[in-house]
Amino acid sequence: MEYAANIAMTLPELVLALGAIALMLVSAWGGDTSTRAVSIASVFVLVGAGIALVGPASSGGYAFDGLYRADAFGAFAKVLIYIASAVAIMMAPSFFARSQGEDLRPEYPVLILLSACGMGIMVSASDMLTLYVGLELQSLAAYVLASFMRRDGRSAEAGLKYFVLGALASGILLYGISLVYGFSGTTLFSGIADAYAGTKSLGLLFGLVFVFAGLAFKISAVPFHMWTPDVYEGAPTPVTAFFASAPKVAAMAMAVRVAIEAMGPATDQWRQIVIFAALASIILGAVAAIGQTNVKRLLAYSSINNVGFALIGLAAGTPEGVSGVLMYLTIYVAMTLGSFLVVLQMRGDDGQPVETIASLAGMSRTRPGLAAALAIFMFSLAGIPPLFGFYAKFAVFSAAVDAGLFPLAVVGIAASVIGAYYYLRVVKTMYFDDPAPAFAPMENKVEGGLIALAAVFVSPAGYLLIPVLGAWTMAAARALF
Amino acid sequence: MTIGLVHYLVVAAILFTMGVLGIFLNRKNLIVILMAIELILLAVNINLVAFSAFLNDLVGQVFAMFVLTVAAGEAAIGLAILVIYFRGRGTIAVDDVNRMKG
Repeated sequence: MEYAANIAMTLPELVLALGAIALMLVSAWGGDTSTRAVSIASVFVLVGAGIALVGPASSGGYAFDGLYRADAFGAFAKVLIYIASAVAIMMAPSFFARSQGEDLRPEYPVLILLSACGMGIMVSASDMLTLYVGLELQSLAAYVLASFMRRDGRSAEAGLKYFVLGALASGILLYGISLVYGFSGTTLFSGIADAYAGTKSLGLLFGLVFVFAGLAFKISAVPFHMWTPDVYEGAPTPVTAFFASAPKVAAMAMAVRVAIEAMGPATDQWRQIVIFAALASIILGAVAAIGQTNVKRLLAYSSINNVGFALIGLAAGTPEGVSGVLMYLTIYVAMTLGSFLVVLQMRGDDGQPVETIASLAGMSRTRPGLAAALAIFMFSLAGIPPLFGFYAKFAVFSAAVDAGLFPLAVVGIAASVIGAYYYLRVVKTMYFDDPAPAFAPMENKVEGGLIALAAVFVSPAGYLLIPVLGAWTMAAARALF
Repeated sequence: MTIGLVHYLVVAAILFTMGVLGIFLNRKNLIVILMAIELILLAVNINLVAFSAFLNDLVGQVFAMFVLTVAAGEAAIGLAILVIYFRGRGTIAVDDVNRMKG
């Protein structure tokens, strides 16, 4: 009976794992001809996992003797993860159809499913062991995805860099976990919290620092961000879009859960680390992006910058702060996926992808709809008021101010002005520069629809969703406290 | 002299540091980096098993088993990526991993 209850609580992960295994068999039998069928089936598996979230999987409490926790926080993060994964699967076919000699193989959707399963385990883990296994499942699938274009030198190099630095990050996190285990005597989050509530020995504090360093690697916060631009530039564009959205949400949610649930009594200790990482990410993400000429590299620095803002909500360490982080991540996913979908439309007459910012020049005349959409995403990422991106920043800053972190909020707002410079430079290039050769016309109606959907979500119309989203993120945040 | 917990922790800390330095100071060969990663994971395992023995708690040893399993998977994927990288570039020297400015 209890076993059945455990199964019901972990149903989304089971659906994904079994679906991925079944589709792996289909693709082994069917070969490359089954790509389309496997891709479509994968999206349905993700939808199925989303439906499985209703019920005990989002409210059941602890499963498997405290190794796994099914709560509203995990469920909210999983919804975002599944949506981002499904979009990453949907945007792949047209990209690979155009790249020379690199067909989309059915492994692509299967790897995304396995990665999504790992992310689900990460965000629901309430034990260091579950957390580690989920994180590795997500990472190992992601390393392969980064080097998916086997004949492209840049893709292989991106995979290699991602692998080496990702493995190093896992090692650092694991070393921290081993210290935390040794000095608290348990790997359960609840037991670790009890240990931190007592006298904090040097070993526990060292463990905390290592764990946060490992987590910072995974969310690409400064000073552990150096892999991000290279990996984002080299990986195939749909994979980059995936990296910038789903694993980011998962790693951020995991960091929040570890910080609040396992290390909540040590908030004063980790707050310093989080504040430093937040400000360094915001400032470096803004300054280093200024000189970039490649759109994907620019978006990589933009993601570093945005992670900094999300960390401000975590630094507050209150339910409002956590709810702000979730709100930020929701809006960030829409803006990022939208921007990458536009980048996917950038290709010359020969169908080859173009990635320079200069090639966007004059797009407002050659492709007015696409230019307007990208302008909306850029204004929103910069946090300019009528757009939804402003509300995301407002939510985290108001939480920080309520928690009494005035210097953090002031420096953060000032640094966001620097960030606005390079976002607006993209808009200026599109609207005021002499037209560059026009891009080839859009072939895929699905992508056009997704861009329009994301643009409407981050436009002022998104504010209509605030009552719903606000209540939902608040309920999710309360589950942690 | 009896061997206590601290001795194990010091050995693990030295191995961990060697692994991290191996990744950052190594300018020669990517295989050495894979070995350095392995060294880091084994340092963690020494920590986990030593704590497990001194705490009289089995969780640490179970954890070490999981780490070993994942390390095997990680090595397999790392070598696979290395092979496709070598096919494209014909070298595995660390200094040549610079197609993109880092």
